[in-house]
Amino acid sequence: MTEQKNTESLAFAQTVLRDDIPQSLLPEEQALEVEKKVVEIDSHALNFGPQHPSAHGVLRLVLEMEGELVARAVPHIGLLHRGTEKLIEYKTYQKALPYFDRLDYVSPMCEEQAFALATEKLLGIDIPERAKWLRVMFAEITRILNHILNLTAMGLDCGAVTPALWGYEEREKLLEFYEAASGARFHANYFRPGGVARDIPASLEDRIGVWTREFPAWIDALEGLLTENRIWKQRTVGIGVFTTEQALAWGFSGPCLRASGVPWDLRRNQPYDNYHKVDFNVPVTRQGDSYDRYLVRVAEMRESVKIIEQCLSQMQAGDIKVQDPKFSPPPRADMKRSMEALIHHFKLFSEGYHVPAGSTYTAVESPKGEFGVYLVADGSNRPYRCKIRPTGFAHLQAIDELSRRGMLADMVAIIGSLDLVFGEVDR
Amino acid sequence: MADISVNPRQARLEGQLCSLAFSFLASEPHVSYAAVEKGELVVRTTRAHLLPFLALLRDDPRYRFEQLMDLCGVDFPARAERFEVVYNLLSVTYNRRIRVVVSTDEYSAVPSVHHLWPCATWWERECYDLFGVLFSGQPDLRRILTDNGFEGHPLRKDFPLTGYEEVRYDVERRQVVKEPVTLTQDFRDFDFVSPWEGMLTLPGDEKAHEVRQGMKRSG
Repeated sequence: MTEQKNTESLAFAQTVLRDDIPQSLLPEEQALEVEKKVVEIDSHALNFGPQHPSAHGVLRLVLEMEGELVARAVPHIGLLHRGTEKLIEYKTYQKALPYFDRLDYVSPMCEEQAFALATEKLLGIDIPERAKWLRVMFAEITRILNHILNLTAMGLDCGAVTPALWGYEEREKLLEFYEAASGARFHANYFRPGGVARDIPASLEDRIGVWTREFPAWIDALEGLLTENRIWKQRTVGIGVFTTEQALAWGFSGPCLRASGVPWDLRRNQPYDNYHKVDFNVPVTRQGDSYDRYLVRVAEMRESVKIIEQCLSQMQAGDIKVQDPKFSPPPRADMKRSMEALIHHFKLFSEGYHVPAGSTYTAVESPKGEFGVYLVADGSNRPYRCKIRPTGFAHLQAIDELSRRGMLADMVAIIGSLDLVFGEVDR
Repeated sequence: MADISVNPRQARLEGQLCSLAFSFLASEPHVSYAAVEKGELVVRTTRAHLLPFLALLRDDPRYRFEQLMDLCGVDFPARAERFEVVYNLLSVTYNRRIRVVVSTDEYSAVPSVHHLWPCATWWERECYDLFGVLFSGQPDLRRILTDNGFEGHPLRKDFPLTGYEEVRYDVERRQVVKEPVTLTQDFRDFDFVSPWEGMLTLPGDEKAHEVRQGMKRSG
């Protein structure tokens, strides 16, 4: 019966409408008769950025495309190079610190922490307990600040607009804590070698306490929007997969390394300040794709809230910087009465302190991964060499490997999941 | 100044690093220096032995330094071989770090380690860009951070902070132009060596000091 129908329709097509029917609709036997054409897949180069909104800053990516497949991705960086390392060599240790805010401007305090720890190591000073708790607390606030921006911006790149709108409100609350502590919303200059700049106002601990109880609900809301979202999973699951071996060889660190199945967190493995006194989990996933990197960051935010709560409960009143006038400036009131305090203040802000000769590589777990400072001191009041080990530099380098034979649209999900900030990559 | 509190974990780690340093000195003849400085293991070796040594550090089950976290240069113009190239390795397995240092000059190339760690390519490019250190076997030795057509290596100590050229957009010519740097105020570089610490002989006292220190030459 069906055969008969087929032949009937074939005959019909041959006789009546042969010229009007497109080739693709013709029965197979007939299509075979048609002369084959050689179709050349278009191979071309595509400039992604430096003005592209999902390039997260000034990334210029030259993509060699084969049709819609990425054959090769060549990042061009350096558009934001400001010579920070050279500038630091001409500044005293105190004046070098604010440059670190301007490296990774999304997580300023963690960068300051690396430089402060390196300087303290060379000076051989130990900071008071309260300063350590303040540093841990603000480092975790910074981590949440960073992850909110990264996750919501990644969502925005993949078409989810709502998380970004919600995220900015939460960030604003955190930036108010920044402002209350340091006086600035972004370029805080709060962690100093020898402690922190000043104590937090009396009411701030309570405000942060209230916020830690409210914030987990926001994380739930974010997860409600994204984690099981079908579109979100289609865009990120299995995209930009990196195995454990690859992640180690390419120098990955932080959430990107943990997403590839390496349980490695400097806060846990090489604790600094007071991280050995807090209890938290290190989230690890196995797949190493963009979705896992997202999951690790979400889980990290929950852990950060736990750490902030512990900081608040364990923090005692006390000094917030070393009580050595050679390293920390005297209180303003003292300067009005004591000649010695005035001299110390003048010496500290003109000459600074001399750091004994030596070198150290000190790394902290910044929200993006391992942020290191290789500091060489020659006994003068200025660093002889200050190499900054940016996190995103290593991550961005692997983008060719991560995106191999991926689609153009996947590039966006990969860049978003790597958490790049060009202030840091270009220095 | 308070002493850095020594916790048992830290002390154990330093003990391990010390024994590593000793084993390098004993078993690797090319290692000229190995010590624990401020709790960090520092090893100096030569350019010729760098590649096999780093391969050993990466692959030997006793060391397992899987990650190259950082590679950077340091410039000491007074030395015969003015550059130091510093490799910061991390062992995720044993939770250790090591710093391998080799020295070189402007003309002798350091073997590239991009076969061991693919991420070395950009670090080496950066070192070449900022210091002019050459890396042999590196197929992609181009500038990375500085501008197209930039001349010189900015992190060398003899490169001025202000650079030589400044770039601006010329509205009339409708193009970006490069011009020699003009400073409206002289570049200020203060001497912070305190006269009480650094300068032993104050101006005017030279003669008296020569006599007192027995430095006065006869005749």
